[in-house]
Amino acid sequence: MKNLLNKKNACWLVLIAGSYGLISLLISVGVINNVYLTVLMTIGINIILAISLNLIIGVTGQFSLGHAGFMIIGAYCAGVAVKQFSASLGGILLGMLIGIVISGAVALIVAIPTLRLRGDYLAIATLGFGEIIRIIILNMKITNGAAGLILPKLIDWQVIFAAVVICTIIILNFCRSAQGRACISVREDEIAAEAMGINTTKYKIMAFVLGAMIASVAGALYAGAFYVIKPEMFTFNKSIDILVLVVFGGMGSFTGSFIAAGVIGVLNTVLQQFSDIRMILYGLMLVGIMIFRPSGLLGTKEFTFSNLFERFGKRKEARG
Amino acid sequence: MMNTMKKVFMGAAALMMAVSMAGCGNSGSGNSGTATPEAGGSGTDAAGAVKIGLHYELTGGVADYGKAELNGSLLAIKQANAAAGSEKYGYVKYDNKSDSTEAVTLAAQLASDGVAGVVGPATSGASAASYQILNDAKVPVLSPSATQNNVTLTNPDDASSAAYDYVYRVCFEDSYQGAAMAQYAYDTLGKTKAVIYGDSTTDYAKGLSEAFEKQFTKLGGTIVGKENYVSKDTDFSSVLTKIKGMDFDVLYIPGYYNEAGLIIKQAREMGLDQTITGSDGFDSTTLVDLGGAANLNDVYFTTAYTTVGASDKLQAFIDAYKAEYNEEPNMFSALAYDATNVLIQAIEEAGSSDGPAVQAALTKISFDGVTGAFTFDATHTPIKPVLVVNLVDGVQTDAVAVTPKLD
Repeated sequence: MKNLLNKKNACWLVLIAGSYGLISLLISVGVINNVYLTVLMTIGINIILAISLNLIIGVTGQFSLGHAGFMIIGAYCAGVAVKQFSASLGGILLGMLIGIVISGAVALIVAIPTLRLRGDYLAIATLGFGEIIRIIILNMKITNGAAGLILPKLIDWQVIFAAVVICTIIILNFCRSAQGRACISVREDEIAAEAMGINTTKYKIMAFVLGAMIASVAGALYAGAFYVIKPEMFTFNKSIDILVLVVFGGMGSFTGSFIAAGVIGVLNTVLQQFSDIRMILYGLMLVGIMIFRPSGLLGTKEFTFSNLFERFGKRKEARG
Repeated sequence: MMNTMKKVFMGAAALMMAVSMAGCGNSGSGNSGTATPEAGGSGTDAAGAVKIGLHYELTGGVADYGKAELNGSLLAIKQANAAAGSEKYGYVKYDNKSDSTEAVTLAAQLASDGVAGVVGPATSGASAASYQILNDAKVPVLSPSATQNNVTLTNPDDASSAAYDYVYRVCFEDSYQGAAMAQYAYDTLGKTKAVIYGDSTTDYAKGLSEAFEKQFTKLGGTIVGKENYVSKDTDFSSVLTKIKGMDFDVLYIPGYYNEAGLIIKQAREMGLDQTITGSDGFDSTTLVDLGGAANLNDVYFTTAYTTVGASDKLQAFIDAYKAEYNEEPNMFSALAYDATNVLIQAIEEAGSSDGPAVQAALTKISFDGVTGAFTFDATHTPIKPVLVVNLVDGVQTDAVAVTPKLD
């Protein structure tokens, strides 16, 4: 337990509290207006989506194209809970919990047969699954079909901030645990991992289910913050958008996912002024990144305070 | 090799930075952030210019509607300036990429731009996503084509809830249009047995078929069968064969021209010669291309806009639009033209571009536009008759105004 109270964790805590304080300060002095706040909230939700997919694709090496399917489960569980129980933060959090349970269960059912597949086959299977979920929701009465749900705004930026922090801590801790190491070994060489006695299917399922549950949290946050949810917003294209964030930031690098979500969010806002050529610029940028940095912005590099201390330590040694 | 690569990459990065800096500078310089250069001039140069926010789907899935509506709005602003003899009205335009997440951000942007009012977005989803923000900011918003039922209400699930104070639309809602078709089919065409063959994937078709069914059975008709198709389907023969076996005298197809054209063609070729009715989704020349002119007889559809028997006002709009853009206007450009003119008239009547003053003027406005003369009801939806257009050999030949008798 006392291991928790060390220099690194103190630094992380300061970083979290500092960024929270900075955002509140900027809002109170009016630098961040409602426009930028909406952009920040989009970025926050995209971060959660990107890190949850990164866990499946980057860390475990399983190519999934069904992430929007889990997001839509979370969004609709929250939306229906708000409509059926209560239009309050409590209602949406209840919906979020239900969404986590349902998407976890669904992910488990999907994962057991499909994660025995590899590469392209897995991608196709998960793609199909995402569409199935969407079509089911499109045809349900309680979800109001194609018209979707119009919801009040119940989620503030603070809630999204907290969710980003909690989800990141959960995922990072998972990756640093024995199970997480096993997942990485599956990515690096599945046959070797199996030879070492690792139950590869089990760890693949574990990562897949955890990623799915966290994606549903992002869906619930979206439902609470952006007024309207419709099945057509969660098509295959949404899965691709999330995939772009992961590949752009670097598969396997959570720092990269953060940066990618931030950069793309800001870029989208800035390019609003050039609406006619926005998609061209966006496309050019992706092509550029893939040519010059094929492994993404950060590759598999990660920003950690322990790395930072090590580097400083080395410099001191070199000087001394 | 690596070094040159690095240099190129740095160069590209620097370029991106420069682009984004330029963007920031622009948006920081004033409220006319994304106005086109000529609009920037008219929006800021003239002293006391009134700015109108144009919020449309200019790219993405429904860019066709957004672009047509943008043209309609720009024409209305141009004419208002010509009438005033000055650059009184400026505008800022935004593209929401047919994405309702983007619409939320843009609504916040428009609220902070200090516009006198907003026209758009074109679709119900994006509109619903922006209403709450603009209403809270006391910015009047006029939707040209947000037809979804109850979308202007604070609680869309409860038809008796109050409308947003600052939210208006100039189109009739889906259920009104569906009811009008039922009324016309029963009363005027004398049909009593209907089959509904609708698109199950759009809220538009869903609202229409529910309203048609409700009104048709209320009047005394029976719905013999209900079938569904999915957007982008191309082969409808199996369902049409099933429908052929039913005893009915009118087929209602709520949906868009892409599928409706093919359904009509396949139905007629199969020998289904009953009357076919539809909604304003039929209103496109593509319907004739896909359906074939010979098959488009005994076909009726509801719309807000037709060039048949055009009033002088409408004819003037059509001529002006053609002169300006060198193309025919459609329903969307006409509705946006009207929506923009409603806003301009309200600003004139209020004598101010202040949100609450404009809103007060909107509430009691009596407007005479190219899609008809109307006032707003309690839900801020216009009270105007629906036009039922008759197709003969694919040509619109006759338009009748129908007002459904609702309870």
